[in-house]
Amino acid sequence: MHDDLNWAIGGEAGDGIASTGKIFAQALSRAGRHVFTSKDFASRIRGGYTAYKVRTSVDEVQSVVDRLDVLIALTERTVDENLDELHEESVIIFDGDRTEFSDFEAPDDTVGLDIPLKSLAEDAGGAIMRNIVALGAVCAVTDFPIENLDESLDKRFGNKGESIVENNKEAARLGYEYVKDEYAGVENSYELETTDNDYVLLNGDEAIGMGAIAAGCRFYAGYPITPATDVMEYLTGRIEQFGGHVVQAEDELSAINMALGAARAGARSMTATSGPGIDLMSETFGLVATSETPLVITNVMRSGPSTGMPTKQEQGDLNMMLYGGHGEVPRFVLAPTSVAECFHKTVEAFNLAEKYQLPVYLTADLSMAVTERTYEPDEFDMDEVEIDRGKLVDEDEISAWQNEKDQFKAHAVTADGISPRAVPGTSGGVHMSTGLEHDELGRRTEDTDVRVEQVDKRNRKVETAEEREDFDYREFGDTDADNLVISWGSNEGTIVEALGYLDDLDVRVLSVPYIFPRPDLTEDVNTADEVVVVEANATGQFADVIEHDTLERVDRINKYDGVDFKADELADEIKQTLEA
Amino acid sequence: MSSENVRFTDFKSDKQPTWCPGCGDFGTMNGMMKALAETGNTPDDTFVVAGIGCSGKIGTYMRSYALHGVHGRALPVGTGAKLANPDLEVMVAGGDGDGYSIGVGHFIHAVRRNVDITYVVMDNRIYGLTKGQASPTSRSDFETSTTPEGPKQPPVNPLALAMSAGGSFIAQSFSSDALRHTEIVKEAIEHDGFSLVNTFSPCVTFNDVDTYDYFRDSLVDLSEEDDYDRHDYDQAKDAILDADKEYMGVLYQDENSTPYHEAHGVTENMAEIPDGAPDGATDLVREFY
Repeated sequence: MHDDLNWAIGGEAGDGIASTGKIFAQALSRAGRHVFTSKDFASRIRGGYTAYKVRTSVDEVQSVVDRLDVLIALTERTVDENLDELHEESVIIFDGDRTEFSDFEAPDDTVGLDIPLKSLAEDAGGAIMRNIVALGAVCAVTDFPIENLDESLDKRFGNKGESIVENNKEAARLGYEYVKDEYAGVENSYELETTDNDYVLLNGDEAIGMGAIAAGCRFYAGYPITPATDVMEYLTGRIEQFGGHVVQAEDELSAINMALGAARAGARSMTATSGPGIDLMSETFGLVATSETPLVITNVMRSGPSTGMPTKQEQGDLNMMLYGGHGEVPRFVLAPTSVAECFHKTVEAFNLAEKYQLPVYLTADLSMAVTERTYEPDEFDMDEVEIDRGKLVDEDEISAWQNEKDQFKAHAVTADGISPRAVPGTSGGVHMSTGLEHDELGRRTEDTDVRVEQVDKRNRKVETAEEREDFDYREFGDTDADNLVISWGSNEGTIVEALGYLDDLDVRVLSVPYIFPRPDLTEDVNTADEVVVVEANATGQFADVIEHDTLERVDRINKYDGVDFKADELADEIKQTLEA
Repeated sequence: MSSENVRFTDFKSDKQPTWCPGCGDFGTMNGMMKALAETGNTPDDTFVVAGIGCSGKIGTYMRSYALHGVHGRALPVGTGAKLANPDLEVMVAGGDGDGYSIGVGHFIHAVRRNVDITYVVMDNRIYGLTKGQASPTSRSDFETSTTPEGPKQPPVNPLALAMSAGGSFIAQSFSSDALRHTEIVKEAIEHDGFSLVNTFSPCVTFNDVDTYDYFRDSLVDLSEEDDYDRHDYDQAKDAILDADKEYMGVLYQDENSTPYHEAHGVTENMAEIPDGAPDGATDLVREFY
């Protein structure tokens, strides 16, 4: 009996793959099971190959593995695409009535369940429900109580009316009973226990959106781009309930400038985009930094360059975020390492932006952004959210920051590099902001001394932040081990799972959520025997940064085929690299 | 500062403009400052946004909250500021290059959104600060350093662009007619929605065709035309597309204009947020059960 189940549904885009996957994932989560989902999708609306994978266990799961136990194959290609992951106990559910799909090639010992999905769906009220029939069949195969599916169907179809919900429940039941009647015995391999645990199921984009609202973000402007669009879709309809507003701008240049305008007016403001959008925003990024405007810019990375592979995973924009834009301006780069961290780091990003009055890049990668994971709801405890607006001054505090002519020194040179901030409407705080080099009043200057003074002032904010903030790493594995694995972004969960496959190899893992400013890894790297940096790009951008910081050569594990790292695969690579 | 005792000089900064002597931008800016004061605004509640070029310097010479941004993107900045705090008086200034070339996309979309912004374009039909190249409003035979035989393409008609995008307030003024210019900008400020004021603001250094004399002699002042009804869409359309004449005044005003923030229920000053997560935030987590 297996409890750790890897399940997938695959077919053509437009077949309802994602919603079917989500229904099953929610049913598992509500039944008190941990869930980790991943999506394989193409940049097209209909046709092609698309799949939704669900891994579930009573224990925590935080990555995909290289194994598929139950597969709903709506097309022949679904089987072909997953051949490598099928094993002798895998169960494949298919509809033999679909003639083009009668003799798929699967490993000899897999169990094929030929189920008339379409005709059973028609019996329940419509062929469109064939995926739901298949879900019912999965419940039978995995001995998962079908009542748990009913709740998900209520949630998914509740707004379409009672009869639609009932038809779907009937469809699931027909699939369930068909397996029980025709394939009695197949359920013996899997048994998905239910528990009393309460979990929430969400993805990284949703966690970023929720974090933004929690942090008091009220204004969002963005332009739709995969895989960042979910952030905008999440905020739309929700942020209004908190007095905020979302604008779908005409392009990315407009989006960041709108966000900048709202931030100057005092709102906590954000835009989100993906790599190509970051390129377009670069000019204004410099203005944000030079005018010392607090702004959160979320970059949900996808595979580049240019249009690249828009629906595939990559961590290729690190250099762009660290160094992008003409001239030299301070910026912070935060990289959450899990779905939950997407929430917490978003809250932190808003605080850092206002405390230090600069742009903060918040970067997720595609894998984390579209991956749903279960958590205990306490992970998102709203009572723990703290707001720090930094040196935002009201009219009573203005006079301390005025010159002898009562002019407000919006860029006052201070020991910590941080100036007071007055927003329009504040009496006595009138000033101009500009992307031109400026003096303390915000007025254009080419005075050499003032130029140096203002550049130093802006850069000093970074030193201040390094003194005051805790830009630390997270640590896993054997903390005394001589072998060191370093990672950033979504790889954390996969590496933690990979530890379970490493047998007697002792490894210390550092997961770094702060790219700039970042923790000093010099001692960690210098004292380790072997160091390997894991990242989803071809050249090892973070590895370069570490070599630059520590003056030590590090090994690299890079994956840039667009597909997520898998825990068991990665464990092999780590072993080979460290033992080489 | 209360609005009763605000004078237009309160909107003046102590910086001397570096515009060329005789530049039309002086008159354009003076009218904007007068209009702001006479409509009861104060520097504290006014946000002026501009882009790059001669027109972009306006934030330095006026006294209010202001942002001098990047080329062509002033309208989105103004849009964000207005929505974040609808109580602000948001005025955006730009040149013909800023508004009708690099920023023309934003112009069309700001018009169709009907954001409550007063947009004053200092139209001199040339690129001044880069020393005399053709602009999108330059005449097709206007010879410049980059168009030795003229652009050989028709100029942009900003009023027609605004009208086709559903503009709710479309006006044209002339910087040296101080009284009329101020009146038109005042009406634009008082209009609920996006107001375009295309202001002819002659460049005395590089444009020897579209001069003060030219505009003084050719502009037809609609306030002197008894039978012109600014609320009549067809009449406005004819005037805007009239190839033989150029008009001064409010060419079109939609009486039923609803500004974007009202249409979308955006009323709060977003600068004010609670100390912790807002009330009801826990419900956001519950959605994921």
